[in-house]
Amino acid sequence: MKFIDEFRDAELGRALAVEILATVEPGRHYKIMEVCGGHTHAIYKYGVDDLLPPNVELVHGPGCPVCVIPMGRVDDGISLAHQPGVIFTCFGDMLRVPGSSQTLLDAKAQGADVRVVYSPLDALRIAKQHPERQVVFFAIGFETTAPSTALTLRRAKAENVQNFSVICSHVTIVPPLRALLESPDLRLDGFIGPGHVATVIGLRPFQFMPDEYGKPVAISGFEPLDLLQSMLMVLRQIADGRAEVENQYARVVPAQGNPRALEVMDEVFAVRPEFEWRGLGFIPKSALRLSDNYAEWDAELRFAVPGVRVADPQACQCGEVLKGAIKPWECKVFGTACTPERPIGACMVSPEGACAAYYNYGRFAREREVV
Amino acid sequence: MCLAIPGQVVEVVDEQNRLATVEVAGVRRTVNIGLLDVDGTSAGAGDWVLIHVGFALSKIDEAEAHATLKLLAEMGAEYEQELEELKASAIE
Ligand code: SF4
Repeated sequence: MKFIDEFRDAELGRALAVEILATVEPGRHYKIMEVCGGHTHAIYKYGVDDLLPPNVELVHGPGCPVCVIPMGRVDDGISLAHQPGVIFTCFGDMLRVPGSSQTLLDAKAQGADVRVVYSPLDALRIAKQHPERQVVFFAIGFETTAPSTALTLRRAKAENVQNFSVICSHVTIVPPLRALLESPDLRLDGFIGPGHVATVIGLRPFQFMPDEYGKPVAISGFEPLDLLQSMLMVLRQIADGRAEVENQYARVVPAQGNPRALEVMDEVFAVRPEFEWRGLGFIPKSALRLSDNYAEWDAELRFAVPGVRVADPQACQCGEVLKGAIKPWECKVFGTACTPERPIGACMVSPEGACAAYYNYGRFAREREVV
Repeated sequence: MCLAIPGQVVEVVDEQNRLATVEVAGVRRTVNIGLLDVDGTSAGAGDWVLIHVGFALSKIDEAEAHATLKLLAEMGAEYEQELEELKASAIE
């Protein structure tokens, strides 16, 4: 419990820990998945898991948008970056994600014009500043990020910025959750739901989890106290034999989400029939492409992209990690061949990735001692 | 890019494109506030908002903003990185 004194309210943190202990049945093992990479990060940063009884196990979900982009898709981006005359723009997190033969950072070192942007609107600005060049934006992220790309495209269309296009790799949160719930090898008892995604989509899309699978959900904020409280909510539901979607993060998440964001997404995007997720394979209706009205701005239509499926490297067990089937430190190359400086798998690249979270906060050493 | 950072709206600078100057951790940058135009309401000067990749995602109260900022500051490297990227942003 070394971190608890740093909590906003250490007293409340202790009280929640005691309450959690009182709620769980001693002989029973609980598996709770935190869906969002931001939660994974906060849990290890603050040692929230140290405050849980040993029979409550946290499983890290697929909610890191950088980690779930498959290698073939990274290759598509890199091939665009190498096209003559292209300025390739992406979020900083994408630079070091390994493609099959190189990263975007390597491409840049070889002379490709790869630029990190903070916002898709920065990519659009660059396009307007360089009308003679083609500017491509690598759009990634869940529903938290997709509305930003949508509004940017709406503006590109309104201003008819023709040298701008987007390689759309936005994904949606519900299909992988359904895939995980369907997966026979993973018995989960409840879910800590993603707070920022829910800000956009609201609570209703998560309702199938209790309704169809009988699993409790608590949509959670990102402070250690939020996470403890959400865990207590889920464990209480289990103890009472209830299954509902509860909103721990109501101070930020409106139950109906953001109707404006949903409306723009609906206009600009269409659902892909299927999309490959790193480690999880092809999941039906789990990603977005540009709708036909925005086809002119679709980089996949404007340029020839390889679109080749690439199997993950043999050594990499990101798939097992993303499914929560193994802990990061159980991967054979964790911390040896695969480190944040030289990642093999994407889970080590982004700070939200489960492997990077374990590595950065020294969980490696601790877990090894326990074993 | 996964972080959402609180900032306070200083003024709306482009009504049509829904752009506002927002102060984030002492830095003033332009962000889009169009996603907050819901039911005839919108964000205006003084409002605290959560900002993600150059877009205000939701309105929050001041206490929430300060608690989140404190939490982010403790994160160290990633927050620094995000702020660096924000500083390089020049949305217009
Ligand atoms: S340690 Fe590296 S290779 Fe292994 S699962 Fe994590 S990211 Fe993938």
